[in-house]
Amino acid sequence: MTIPEVPPVLYLVLSGILFTIGVIGALTRRNALVVFMCIELMLNAVNLTFITFSRFLQSLDGVLFAFFVMAVAAAEAAVGLAIFVLVYRSRGTINVDEVNLLKW
Amino acid sequence: MLDLVWLIPLFPAIGFLINGLLGKRLGKGAVSVVGPSAIGLSFLTAVLIFFELIGRTPAERIFEKEIFAWVVSGSFKTVIGYQIDPLSMVMALVVTGVSFLIHIYSVGYMHDDPGFTRYFTYLNLFVFMMLNLVLANNFLLMFVGWEGVGLCSYLLIGFWYEKDSASNAGKKAFVVNRVGDFGFLLGIFLLFVHFGTLDFTDLFGALQKNPQMISVETATAITILLFVGACGKSAQLPLYVWLPDAMEGPTPVSSLIHAATMVTAGVYMVARCNVLYTLAPLSMAVVATVGVATAIFAASIGFCQNDIKKVLAYSTISQLGYMFVGVGVGAFSAGIFHLMTHAFFKGLLFLGAGSIMHALSGELDMRKMGGLRKKTPVTFWTFFFATLAIAGIPPFSGFFSKDEILWQAFSSPHGHFLLWLVGAVAAGMTAFYMFRAVFMTFWGECRADEEVKHHIHESPRIMTIPLTILMVLSIIGGWVGIPHVLGGGNHFHEFLAPVVGGAEPGKAHAGISLLAQAWASSGEGAGHSAALEILLMVVSVAIALIGIGIAYLFYVKRPELPARLAERRRGLYRLVLNKYYVDEIYQVLFVDSLKRLGTGLWRGFDEFVIDGTVNGIAYFLGWISSVLRRVQTGLVQNYAFSILAGGVVLAVYYLLRSLF
Repeated sequence: MTIPEVPPVLYLVLSGILFTIGVIGALTRRNALVVFMCIELMLNAVNLTFITFSRFLQSLDGVLFAFFVMAVAAAEAAVGLAIFVLVYRSRGTINVDEVNLLKW
Repeated sequence: MLDLVWLIPLFPAIGFLINGLLGKRLGKGAVSVVGPSAIGLSFLTAVLIFFELIGRTPAERIFEKEIFAWVVSGSFKTVIGYQIDPLSMVMALVVTGVSFLIHIYSVGYMHDDPGFTRYFTYLNLFVFMMLNLVLANNFLLMFVGWEGVGLCSYLLIGFWYEKDSASNAGKKAFVVNRVGDFGFLLGIFLLFVHFGTLDFTDLFGALQKNPQMISVETATAITILLFVGACGKSAQLPLYVWLPDAMEGPTPVSSLIHAATMVTAGVYMVARCNVLYTLAPLSMAVVATVGVATAIFAASIGFCQNDIKKVLAYSTISQLGYMFVGVGVGAFSAGIFHLMTHAFFKGLLFLGAGSIMHALSGELDMRKMGGLRKKTPVTFWTFFFATLAIAGIPPFSGFFSKDEILWQAFSSPHGHFLLWLVGAVAAGMTAFYMFRAVFMTFWGECRADEEVKHHIHESPRIMTIPLTILMVLSIIGGWVGIPHVLGGGNHFHEFLAPVVGGAEPGKAHAGISLLAQAWASSGEGAGHSAALEILLMVVSVAIALIGIGIAYLFYVKRPELPARLAERRRGLYRLVLNKYYVDEIYQVLFVDSLKRLGTGLWRGFDEFVIDGTVNGIAYFLGWISSVLRRVQTGLVQNYAFSILAGGVVLAVYYLLRSLF
């Protein structure tokens, strides 16, 4: 038996769901690490959309962009995690609610 | 030698730099050598140049030396350049010569002053600026010198700046001069607009060739504006008020700046612009009228002053008035002649006053002097001869120059009988108040305090030698201009003729030929005018003698008379004693009202409108931001939420737009 082709709309729905979970997580969670992971989730949701369109449009542009996003996300993770380590060292927490010096 | 004209102002400039920069380190001895010798060298240069100049034929006696281009902008070009011609030569000789003597005198006079170095620094700077003024070959450099001497005048009037009255007098002189300088500047601007050049030779040369270049109205406007400047610098009505106050400065400064040189700059400037002035008969009349009014006005104030320097100050104002009468009636060389003789005898009078102060421990009030004839003989004789000169007694220098002016005031086409009459009366008044000063100071009993009496002594040689030299000049200085009727050659007039009119009648335009006629009639002219000239001479000498006689009666024979007279005419006496209340009137009219205007603008405009606008904007922005800054919570997730919200809004907007 042949596995039936998955209709592209399902990929997009999945991507949408992943993105929404990521947004909600990033906005509501207080732990910086979790927020960070949620952002990764959003990035990967976008990657999935890129790949989907790349396949259905028979174009490599999307794949290319997905690689870009991955590279940037990796660099960002390195910088972000280093920041978290330093914030934790100086303030004893990485709870984003308590890191609020950036205000009036 | 003429090429070296720039050396004349250079020496004082070097002296200024040495004294100013190194004076403190070099010490008094070096300063008292550097200061006078700088001026001495420039006097020597001037004399050498003078001899070379008179070796030339009169037509070739003009020489210009451009040092470098100073301002070049489009068609406008001004150079730093010096001009030697008979007029500037006379001025340079008078300035350097008298300055040299006064510098030497100052070494003695200022010997114990803590500001000795500063004094010579200023004095050298002054001579440098004054030489720039008289040697400049264009109006702009002349203006630099003009302002420079004003600055030095300010610095030296306020030399003893710890004294309130001295620093106030300095300020007053500066501010009043500013009024005049404003007019002078406007005059220069007008000249530039109409001629496109400020160079004397170019400007006056073009004008002489073609007098129709400017209308009479323009010439009048320019000359009146220039005369406003002259009024300020030369202390004429109504801007004379600063000069009596300027006596707060050291006495040699009063002698040099406020009698002999700087205050005559206005006369020099009018004489320099003689081509312009002859084109504007109205301005000439204004100059002569202001001059004669000042002459008699200041002379009358001189009657009642008790401060010897104030008497001399009003006398200076009065004599400057004479010079303006001279240049105002077109007798430019007579004005310059009087300028020169005045520099000798008035410089001497001031130095004599300084010597008297020296003898009397700084006393200025003539009521506390008297009987100094025996105790300070050199001061007495020099002062006495200078007084004879200023009173116009022949054969002293003042007689020739003053009479030349009076004769011209009578006979010149620009002259008038009234000008002569008022001038002659003022001459009598001059004789009166000057001899009043002499009698009060040198005759009678000594009225000084006992303490002061013990210390009366003649000044040291370094002060009396300049006095003696100036005395000789005051006696013989007038002999260079003995008029033709008295058998002289009037060499002074002939020397100046190439610059100040009396040019060849054939080529000259209307104004100049009128002048030439005047000269012709005053010179080798008809017999009846010669007789008239001698008659007027006799009259003015008689008036002077009457003035001296009255002074003798009042202050030697019957010393109680003046007090009785003052009692009888008390109102008039108070009016004159208080200098006609001119200072008070100016205080109310100008100083107070300007102060009120200034205060009004400060409170009303500056504080309310400008500060209000600026502060209002700041308060408004502060209020807006105090509301807006609530948005900055510091919570990153809030910011992320707003980004999301913004994204959603944009997405919805584009969706809706694509749907409809």
